[in-house]
Amino acid sequence: MSLLEVNDLHVYYGAIHAIKGISFKVEEGEIVTLIGANGAGKSTTLKTISGLLHPRSGSVSFDGKSTLSIPPHKLVSYGLAQVPEGRAVFLQMTVAENLEMGAYTRPPLEVADSMAKVYDLFPRLKEREKQIAGTLSGGEQQMLAMGRALMSRPKLMMLDEPSMGLAPILVEQIFDIIKDLHRSGTTILLVEQNAQMALSVADRAYVLETGKITLSGTGKELAASEEVKKAYLGG
Amino acid sequence: MEFLSYLISGICLGSVYAIIALGYTMVYGIAKMLNFAHGDVIMIGGYISFCGFAYMGLNGWVSLLLAMVVCTVLGILIEGLAYKPLRQATSLAVLITAIGVSYLLQNSALLIWGATPKVYAPLIPLVGPDGAPNALRLFDGQLSISYMSIVTMAACVIIMALLTWFTSRTKLGKAMRACSENKAAAQLMGINVNRTISMTFAIGSALAAIAGVLLCSFNPTLMPTTGSMPGIRAFTAAVFGGIGSIPGAFLGGLLIGIIEAMAKAYISTQLANSVVFSVLIIVLLVRPAGLLGKYVPEKV
Repeated sequence: MSLLEVNDLHVYYGAIHAIKGISFKVEEGEIVTLIGANGAGKSTTLKTISGLLHPRSGSVSFDGKSTLSIPPHKLVSYGLAQVPEGRAVFLQMTVAENLEMGAYTRPPLEVADSMAKVYDLFPRLKEREKQIAGTLSGGEQQMLAMGRALMSRPKLMMLDEPSMGLAPILVEQIFDIIKDLHRSGTTILLVEQNAQMALSVADRAYVLETGKITLSGTGKELAASEEVKKAYLGG
Repeated sequence: MEFLSYLISGICLGSVYAIIALGYTMVYGIAKMLNFAHGDVIMIGGYISFCGFAYMGLNGWVSLLLAMVVCTVLGILIEGLAYKPLRQATSLAVLITAIGVSYLLQNSALLIWGATPKVYAPLIPLVGPDGAPNALRLFDGQLSISYMSIVTMAACVIIMALLTWFTSRTKLGKAMRACSENKAAAQLMGINVNRTISMTFAIGSALAAIAGVLLCSFNPTLMPTTGSMPGIRAFTAAVFGGIGSIPGAFLGGLLIGIIEAMAKAYISTQLANSVVFSVLIIVLLVRPAGLLGKYVPEKV
């Protein structure tokens, strides 16, 4: 049984058919990436999995349980965490408070320990612990958003465009951290426009085009595929 | 000395406005809606406490507690029945509903308690059993501050301190701030946004009950429309201080109270409202987000 299974999912925004029957799986311990152009439906897919959007039909099961009838705030304690598009850190709260919010569903005694682990991973956040998140740079906010998601000790971490708006050097840093997280055992579902970076870290990948999955394979296969090269890798 | 006494009565009035404004500002901060029925919850608080001591023979303080409990429940009910179904609706629809709830409360009060004003007995009698005023006398009796005023000012400071502590130190308080910034992200943290909004209404309404008792203790005529004007002035205070900001509501409330008292004393009683609202307009021209409001530029 896969950790996450999405089956024939259809999502509409009003009359617009945004997701047209996609199916994919994420196995425990994998990094899976969904790549595709702007508007392909990548974020919509993640928002549907985390319960913020409701599909017209199809099924999503996480860790063996169907999640579609579960409100988003309850999914966190099932082990699902999302780093939202555009980071969405709480700009008027301090770094430490943001992390505390990430551990909202966890027992209070565990929080300090999780926070220490996040600070190990992101020493930069430790330095800025008391700072208001709105004053952090884009890269630091991305680290904070990732750290915040880790605070819930997720089984699956979904990342929505972590490279968005970051300088190339920061993008590499963020992807190094994603690799580290993966090595330490976190399963990752990564949504990216930056296909090159995403394919370089992914075990498996799916190409999403206007709401449909058009290609799938291992990260290496897709990185070598002519179609992908032409459409997404500038080759 | 005269000035000092006007100032104190202004601070006292302002303290009541501040307590009401805190309710407005918390609800606005989290639910992003103007709860125009807030003023009428104050009036209900006044009537419930009146029933407590006049009909049920309860002590004034116990009546206050009763009013707080009833208003808390009322606040949760109003939010759940009238506003929650409109969570995805336009803000105009919510605003009109709030005005509707306001009229509903006023007319229900009219139906239950009638149109004849009730004479409200202050929480602390203004005159002691010996006929002497129940007041602190300073400067050889030239300045007298009623105990009721002292309690009002103290209540305002204590409430303000408690709310500040609550929103900055407790888990629920922090969750409220998270909801006020970004509801979707708050949900992804595992925060139950609906329950948080409900809690905010509960707190705001309990504060409204306290404000109702304090207000009626100074203006002893209790009518179904008692809450509307103070409600609007407190709303002004919340905007003045920066809506959504807790210290802003406190500062705005005090300033509106002081300006109103000074305008009544030195300009004209009839013009007091005009002066208050003129000051509001000027402040908003200079600082559109209010005195302590944060102007948050939107990143695109």
